Amino acid sequence: MSKDKFTTLKTTAVPLPNENIDTDQIIPARFLKATTREGFGDNLFRDWRYNLIPGPSPEEKGVETPNKDFVLNDAKFSGKILVAGKNFGCGSSREHAAWAIYDYGFRVVVSSFFADIFKNNALNNGLLPIVVSDQFLKQVLQAVEEKPSTEIVVDLENQILQVGAVKESFEINTYKKTCMINGYDDIDYLLSLNKEIREFDIAH
Amino acid sequence: MSQLKPKTIFEKIWDSHVVKRAEDYPDALFIDRHFIHEVTSPQAFDGLKKRGIQVFNTSRTTATADHNVPTKDQHLPIKEALSRHQVETLRKNCKEFGVELYDLGHAYQGIVHIIGPELGLTQPGMTIVCGDSHTSTHGAFGNIAFGIGTSEVEQVLATQCILQYKPKTMKIEINGKLGKGVVSKDIILYIISKISASGATGFFVEYAGDAITNLSMEARMTICNMSIEMGARGGLIAPDETTFNYIRGRKFAPQGEAFDRKVEEWKKLTTDEGANYDSVLKFDAADIAPMITYGTNPGMGMKVTDRIPTVTELKEISEQHSFTKSLEYMGLEPGSSLLGKAIDYVFIGSCTNARIEDLRLVADMVKGKTKASNVEVWVVPGSKQVEEQARREGLDKIFEAAGFELRSPGCSACLGMNEDKVPAGKYCISTSNRNFEGRQGPKSRTFLASPLSAAAAAITGRVTDVREFE
Repeated sequence: MSKDKFTTLKTTAVPLPNENIDTDQIIPARFLKATTREGFGDNLFRDWRYNLIPGPSPEEKGVETPNKDFVLNDAKFSGKILVAGKNFGCGSSREHAAWAIYDYGFRVVVSSFFADIFKNNALNNGLLPIVVSDQFLKQVLQAVEEKPSTEIVVDLENQILQVGAVKESFEINTYKKTCMINGYDDIDYLLSLNKEIREFDIAH
Repeated sequence: MSQLKPKTIFEKIWDSHVVKRAEDYPDALFIDRHFIHEVTSPQAFDGLKKRGIQVFNTSRTTATADHNVPTKDQHLPIKEALSRHQVETLRKNCKEFGVELYDLGHAYQGIVHIIGPELGLTQPGMTIVCGDSHTSTHGAFGNIAFGIGTSEVEQVLATQCILQYKPKTMKIEINGKLGKGVVSKDIILYIISKISASGATGFFVEYAGDAITNLSMEARMTICNMSIEMGARGGLIAPDETTFNYIRGRKFAPQGEAFDRKVEEWKKLTTDEGANYDSVLKFDAADIAPMITYGTNPGMGMKVTDRIPTVTELKEISEQHSFTKSLEYMGLEPGSSLLGKAIDYVFIGSCTNARIEDLRLVADMVKGKTKASNVEVWVVPGSKQVEEQARREGLDKIFEAAGFELRSPGCSACLGMNEDKVPAGKYCISTSNRNFEGRQGPKSRTFLASPLSAAAAAITGRVTDVREFE
């Protein structure tokens, strides 16, 4: 599937400083029953966005009310960048986590450390994971929390993240960068290797 | 003579599967075995349909239904409409694309990481993927096995290849004799507690040392299974006689002379002397005790006799916020001990600990005893074959007499997706792999432990040191 092209982005951000945010928090398993890629944004961080008052019988039969303390329910914060604590996206390989973040409207996640599978899943869906230093992450979180209207510029071509007056360059491998900028996906490339793969399969 | 650079097992397998290596591109890695299930495959099949392409090689793909299935009355239609639809979609896709499916009711159905090994589909030297992070389980046989996302499932279905950058390598060596009451689950919970839930991110792990090689295949699988819980891409163990003996005679393993020839090949899957790892960690088996987790990631574990750290004892200040939030969620006090803590549920199951050996351990421990009145105990076999074997051995009778409920195979209460959930606020001692918030159901609270510790807790109704259990 071809994806949206990504070059530069000028926006504000939503801060979520928790560390080790696992994909079960991003999208709980009970919402993985859909057979399409769309609509997962409604359940992004479902159990943090809503307070559950359990019902008389087990599981979801209770009442849910929006959790006013959670950042996605705080009108002060908006924008297309999610800034999160280290080891973001650990745990389950569910790509639904990347779909949910994208579907909600985010195009970039900034953290000081990402889990491997999540990082791949994000890149495969046009969601850019940007790894920054611990120090810069602290600065970004502080800037956004103090002034939610802080403008953030992502320049993928030059690999620079600018937050208000400060900036830091970030790494991304050349192949994935090309894919993001042009909206290519891995299957396009692999399909072009069909003959080599057939030969390998037979000889192997 | 040969001037070849010494290689680790991981490098040998990886390099022999690279179809194309090009500058500025990730490697196109050939995949020998692809497992699929109902949750992470439908969107991948949709992708194939949109492109108008077929599955590259159906003989390399095997499907089962496990995550989203009930563990009671599996012969009846699935009650919940969305779950039913997802399983039916898998059926349709497998039929349309010609993929072998071990569906509900089939003698080979079960948790994907349990059935692969028991059917002999999982073999040394292979590359194996599945849209599930616990694919690392298969690494116990000396292969490269790792979890992937749905876009990657589509890649593999379409091309039998995946684009990947080669991860770094880490060796974790454990030598010495395991103490009383310590089993393989304790080894891996111990390692993760030492290096944290992200301590191996970016690495592929090789487990070595005599504390590992002395283990059975089932026990090795438990260790490799949880490699992902410290962030590792996967984890493997060099194949040896224990491995070959396990595979011999299994349904899809090579048979007769072909098997013997394969064994000769597999014996070469060792790490060369002088090969380099990017990281090497060593632990002493004697330092490992029965383990339990107290927090909301698998790195938050301790010896069952230890007390939970206090905020000031944390290594990094940045962890304080997450730590405090985690203990609040768990309803636990910093600095307290878990021994004697009353629990509500016991879950014995999952791709971590639902093999026949796990069920035998539990049965041995609880034979002639009955569960505490305050707990509900679920024993969920990992596969139909495990279930049948347990019945043949009379384990079902032992469980029944103990008041344990023996259910039908599936992922069950490991992930809070199907009908089996732990209610809000309740404590569950679980043999599964994750203690994340809400993992076993919204607001559920999970203590990860070994099957032995879970069995002891089922009888006492409390967190128990198995070494003190009579």
